[in-house]
Amino acid sequence: MTVKITIDGQEVNARAGDNIVDVAAQNGVYIPTLCYTRGKPCLGTCRTCSVKVNGSVMAACTIPVREGMEIDVNGDEITDMRKALVELLFAEGNHNCPSCEKSGRCELQATGYEVKMMVSRFPYRFTPHPVDHASRSIWLERDRCIFCQRCVDFVRDKETNQKIFSINGRGTYARIEIDVELANKMPADQVREAAELCPVGCIIDKTQGYDVPIGKRKFEVKSIRERALGGGHR
Amino acid sequence: MNEEIQTLLEQYEFDKTRLMDILWDVQNQHDYISEEAVVAIATGLDMSGDDVRETLSFYHFFKDRPFGKHKIYLCNTVIAKMKGYYEVRAALEQETNTSFGHVDDTGTFGLGDANCIGLSDQEPAMMVDHVVFTNLTPEKVSTIIGQLKQGKSAQEIVNPGGADSKDIAYVNAIVDENIRTESKVMFKANRDYKAILLSCLDKLPEQIITTITDANLRGRGGAGFPTGLKWRLGREAEGAEKYVICNADEGEPGTFKDRVLLSHSPKDVLLGMIMAAHAIGSRNGIIYLRAEYWYLKDYLQQQIQEFRDDGLLGKQILGTNFEFDIRIQMGAGAYVCGDETALIESCEGKRGTPRVKPPYPIQQGYLGMPTSVNNVETLAIASRIIEEGSAWFTAMGTNESTGTRLLSVSGDCDKPGIYEIEWGTTLNEVLSMIGAENAKYVQISGPAGDSLSVAKDGDREFCYSDLSCNGSLMVFDHTRDILNVVRDYAEFFVEESCGICVPCRAGGVDLLDKMERVIGGRACQQDLDEVTSWSKLLKGTSRCGLGTAAPNSILATLDKFPEIYKAKLVEPHGPLLPSFDEEEVISEYELAYKHLVKEDV
Repeated sequence: MTVKITIDGQEVNARAGDNIVDVAAQNGVYIPTLCYTRGKPCLGTCRTCSVKVNGSVMAACTIPVREGMEIDVNGDEITDMRKALVELLFAEGNHNCPSCEKSGRCELQATGYEVKMMVSRFPYRFTPHPVDHASRSIWLERDRCIFCQRCVDFVRDKETNQKIFSINGRGTYARIEIDVELANKMPADQVREAAELCPVGCIIDKTQGYDVPIGKRKFEVKSIRERALGGGHR
Repeated sequence: MNEEIQTLLEQYEFDKTRLMDILWDVQNQHDYISEEAVVAIATGLDMSGDDVRETLSFYHFFKDRPFGKHKIYLCNTVIAKMKGYYEVRAALEQETNTSFGHVDDTGTFGLGDANCIGLSDQEPAMMVDHVVFTNLTPEKVSTIIGQLKQGKSAQEIVNPGGADSKDIAYVNAIVDENIRTESKVMFKANRDYKAILLSCLDKLPEQIITTITDANLRGRGGAGFPTGLKWRLGREAEGAEKYVICNADEGEPGTFKDRVLLSHSPKDVLLGMIMAAHAIGSRNGIIYLRAEYWYLKDYLQQQIQEFRDDGLLGKQILGTNFEFDIRIQMGAGAYVCGDETALIESCEGKRGTPRVKPPYPIQQGYLGMPTSVNNVETLAIASRIIEEGSAWFTAMGTNESTGTRLLSVSGDCDKPGIYEIEWGTTLNEVLSMIGAENAKYVQISGPAGDSLSVAKDGDREFCYSDLSCNGSLMVFDHTRDILNVVRDYAEFFVEESCGICVPCRAGGVDLLDKMERVIGGRACQQDLDEVTSWSKLLKGTSRCGLGTAAPNSILATLDKFPEIYKAKLVEPHGPLLPSFDEEEVISEYELAYKHLVKEDV
């Protein structure tokens, strides 16, 4: 069933039930996301896709479109809210892009550019987060974790379907954990996928390192916006 | 250990959705949940060890290391702090010879903090091994700890008469009810449950729903969702099974009315659940009981059993084809589980993380099936409406807010306790009823609710369009430091945030820092402007009601008592904020220099 909605005043047709992020992208409107990836169930953790739906702030990846919805993506207030959320992530963790293996391929970094962040308005915490390097092929750099939960929900042991990554503790004391035994069973391609899936440089493939030269990395070749909009050919 | 866990898991048919119960059983048996136990549980349930730890580490009362033979949790709410908390805390540390957050050398006592344990009318209060001690004084603490040291159990000390834990005498030995008003809707004595249910089952589910809808009953948990509509949606929703869940995770600081309802009129609540089940077509119900109310568990179980024995629960209820039964699910200490989707996650053995909505529980709830989650008070009222009819109910209250609501009153007043008021009653009327002549500031609906100035808001009415109170009412007189109260509330939200979304997880900490800056006399106008702006971010973008409500008390007190904030502000000198402590910042550099450079030379 097709429904009519408006995005930033522009009337568009959409398939009922599709979420706002996807519908907006189909119509050339970029909404940043850090937990949501097309084709995978929505996690609704990062809130970076916040938009106004009929005047109320909502996470766009969690909301299926309905007839008559009026969606405000690029209004000043909501644009600044998304920027603030990205800034909050930078202030909460310890993100040093110049010394990070993921630089140039990092979704948080790329999104920082997209929301035009210069510096976080929130006080930086500098909380120490212990590294977990016990597993054979994965280096867990907790300083950079943004608790998107992609790895928790989407990376499972092939044989038992058990969780390899999980969250321990709650609230500001929560931290990401890795089950070393299961992690050591991960085939090389699954390790690579997990590192790719991680939107930041928290899950690092020990066997890869700086394999792509600076200037040729993912978001240096094509921006996160172009990729989200389907290759930038629109 | 392995064999024992195996037997335990067999009892739960290796069902991982029962992980909460499994963890409780292990902890109750062994004082804590050891690494060995975690591995055995994980193996038995075909989960990874970390997956078990995900649940274990989420809840305040689950312990993965020894926390003493006797686990003592002292309630640390603002109300407790007004009633002698600090003296009691010091006495506990002295008597047990340990400090909070630790276990004494003999491994006998573990001391911990707890947020509101539903006893604000009898603070200071503490939990000890599934029972509570109220109206504490340092002397009382000394006696209790002395008796524990002599080998008496907490149950024996609190219940010297030895009443059976299934009996109301046991509950009454532990806590006071403090019901201060005559019954209007709630607490009716001598109800003929069988007759009421028979006449209910005589009617079609649609008729029951219509009666509740006509009565204009709205959820008493706080959100105020129309109960009739929820049940209608539940009726219409498709699912192989449907569930009724009674939300007895009464965690909002300052409220305790559900505790009193569950002890004084438990069958009203059970009857409401049965009626909800009849209305939506459910065969299974769950009471999600917060761990802080463990001393009600056996008693409630007995009430359920009596209903089974009388044919009001089980198969072929009262000779009909209707089948429904209820189990109790114990929580383990997590305020966020008051959110209905977090509560459902917890019922499924997982972390109490609020789900993404939609879908709503009434469409896809417990085990993915349509689930009606209703508050204790809502269910008790529903049972009375079905008994007396909707007209009887709408005659009370106002046109828009029908009937009555229970208030849990605490703080600076002569008569704290439970009050049943009709909607439409004003704040001033309530204050005179409870004997709060010197009140300055009233916090309604807990830290998540609204802050009222008696001078400005006295004539406002309790009703859904104005003061839509969820039942918590905390009174503060002219001698109290409002900023400290608000700081406490900000800290509460930091402690209770589940951490799934960044605005609540990180933003809550920033708001607490700001409050500390204000109280410490290091804030300037820019700090307050940022509080307002960041609060808007939390309110707009948080995933659930916890995050959206976290800034409420700061925003409301800024609005109602701006003068107390202004009085604390300082003027910045030069380009640096007053909170920037140059010396402190440089001190670490000095230290690093000393260690890294000077000593090497």
